[in-house]
Amino acid sequence: MEAKGIKLRLAQHQPIPLDVEIECHVDELVALVGPSGSGKTTVLRTIAGLHHPESGQILCRDEIWLDRQQAIHVPTQKRHIGFVFQDYALFPHLTALQNVTIAMNGITTGQRASRARELLTQVNLKGLEDRFPGSLSGGQRQRVALARALAREPKILLLDEPFSAVDQVTRRKLQQELAILRRSIRIPILLVTHDLDEAAMLADRLYVLHKGQTLQNGKPIEVQRNPASALVARLMGHSNIFSATVEGHYPAEGITRISWRGRLLELELSESFAVGSTVNWVIHPSHIIMHRRDRPSFGERENPVHGVISEFLELGENAFLRLETDGDDEAYLNFTVSSHSAQRNNLSVGARAGVSLLANGIHLMPEH
Amino acid sequence: MDTTALALSLQLAFWTCVILFPVGIFVGRLLAWYHFPGKAFVEAAIALPLVLPPTVLGYYLLIGMGSTSTLGQIYHQLIGRNLVFTFDGLLLASVIFNLPFAIQPMQRAFEAIPANIREAAWCCGLSRFQALLRIEFPLAWPGAVSALALTFAHTLGEFGVVLMVGGNIEGETKTIAIAIYDRVQAFDNATAGTMSAFLLVFSLVAIGLVYRLSYQRGRFGS
Repeated sequence: MEAKGIKLRLAQHQPIPLDVEIECHVDELVALVGPSGSGKTTVLRTIAGLHHPESGQILCRDEIWLDRQQAIHVPTQKRHIGFVFQDYALFPHLTALQNVTIAMNGITTGQRASRARELLTQVNLKGLEDRFPGSLSGGQRQRVALARALAREPKILLLDEPFSAVDQVTRRKLQQELAILRRSIRIPILLVTHDLDEAAMLADRLYVLHKGQTLQNGKPIEVQRNPASALVARLMGHSNIFSATVEGHYPAEGITRISWRGRLLELELSESFAVGSTVNWVIHPSHIIMHRRDRPSFGERENPVHGVISEFLELGENAFLRLETDGDDEAYLNFTVSSHSAQRNNLSVGARAGVSLLANGIHLMPEH
Repeated sequence: MDTTALALSLQLAFWTCVILFPVGIFVGRLLAWYHFPGKAFVEAAIALPLVLPPTVLGYYLLIGMGSTSTLGQIYHQLIGRNLVFTFDGLLLASVIFNLPFAIQPMQRAFEAIPANIREAAWCCGLSRFQALLRIEFPLAWPGAVSALALTFAHTLGEFGVVLMVGGNIEGETKTIAIAIYDRVQAFDNATAGTMSAFLLVFSLVAIGLVYRLSYQRGRFGS
């Protein structure tokens, strides 16, 4: 196993099952996403040396940090990691500056203070160096935690849900700051989050974890659009997941047809699924296009589905709709339209509506 | 005022604190951070002096440290002195009956430190010993001061165990609490009153200090 960034394989049965293989390159920000108990934080803690799995190997920048077979376990103190804990774990009896300097070694006291001030300036905390954590806001504490994590000049930065304890406005701001900060540090960054938007916004790649296993990894948009299974689709927040039968492939037309509860749907050619086989398919709400009542368009010919609106919920600028398709009270489509569009089309519960399922938005997955 | 008895009590309290301070840190931290089989039993054993009548504890100590006991014989062979009815025995008894006062506040103080603070210290490159000195102990120090204050005050005030183990030997085992009892028996209420007032004020100040430090505990926030 070689790694310029970090590469790890971990396996255990207790206290939670874990069987993962993860890689994160230098300059890369990789997100670990999954529900609570999926093992995300355990992975970070194992990299930090705070958890000892039954078996596994961790290679970081060509240094072996863990190899259970060879009985190698480099202690946390010698791993040179930067760890931002979920609740930051700042030292409450030390000032912001002292919280940062304590993580430095190998330089003089004067150099430490000067470097710590630089780091605090870098995370926009200039002027707050002498404050104790108790008198800092959640966002400011997070910044101190980040500065402290960077103070060690770490070989890897581990972020455990670093934005979960702050309000949404602060979260957006901190996320932007991290995106900017990334440009100036050339180390692998692993981010644990349950916020899919956050992962999509910040990560170059993400791993979907479930019950201690990596189900899929890839660029956020790829995983979002092309989940490997119905389970990944559910974990990625998809609500339109259905079962269908493959009717046929038509290479000349570049399409595959599936039969979904008596309807034929067309999608981009997907020959890897055998004709006649049962598959799962998913469509992101952004690929469900509402037909306008006043002005029918060409696009309406693309997988048209009609039905009755069974749920209508207007939340701010968007309205969430559930369409019960004609003749099938078990086939629902969930999608979003702008509130403005909903009003223009007089949408409400009980109203008839038509939608098109964009062929390039329909993604097939194996049944199991 | 029996200054000899007061000096002996202060000396006993001082040495009890000196011995129990590291014991309290070590055992308190161990009980706070780690789980092991029989932990509840160990905690119960430490808390026993709080609930046992001092005469019962004193009786067992007297038997356990007597000249015919194994401990008493070993001590005699090593040091050439008896444990019972000597200052040495009194100190050992004092250490034992003060165990809950020294350990429990420290245990609570260490328990109050979130586990990830300690882990964050390791992630910052601090060794376990450095983490104890620079992070855990500064956060737990109000507990340590509470433990010292309680131990000191309780040693000054202990009567039953001291009488059982040490008797009433002037300059050797006669503490201020025994001296007060002595003075009352001799109808010297004035001296008994002075010494009682001293103990009362001292204990009040010590406990007040403990409460004040407890308030300071949350000063840093989280």
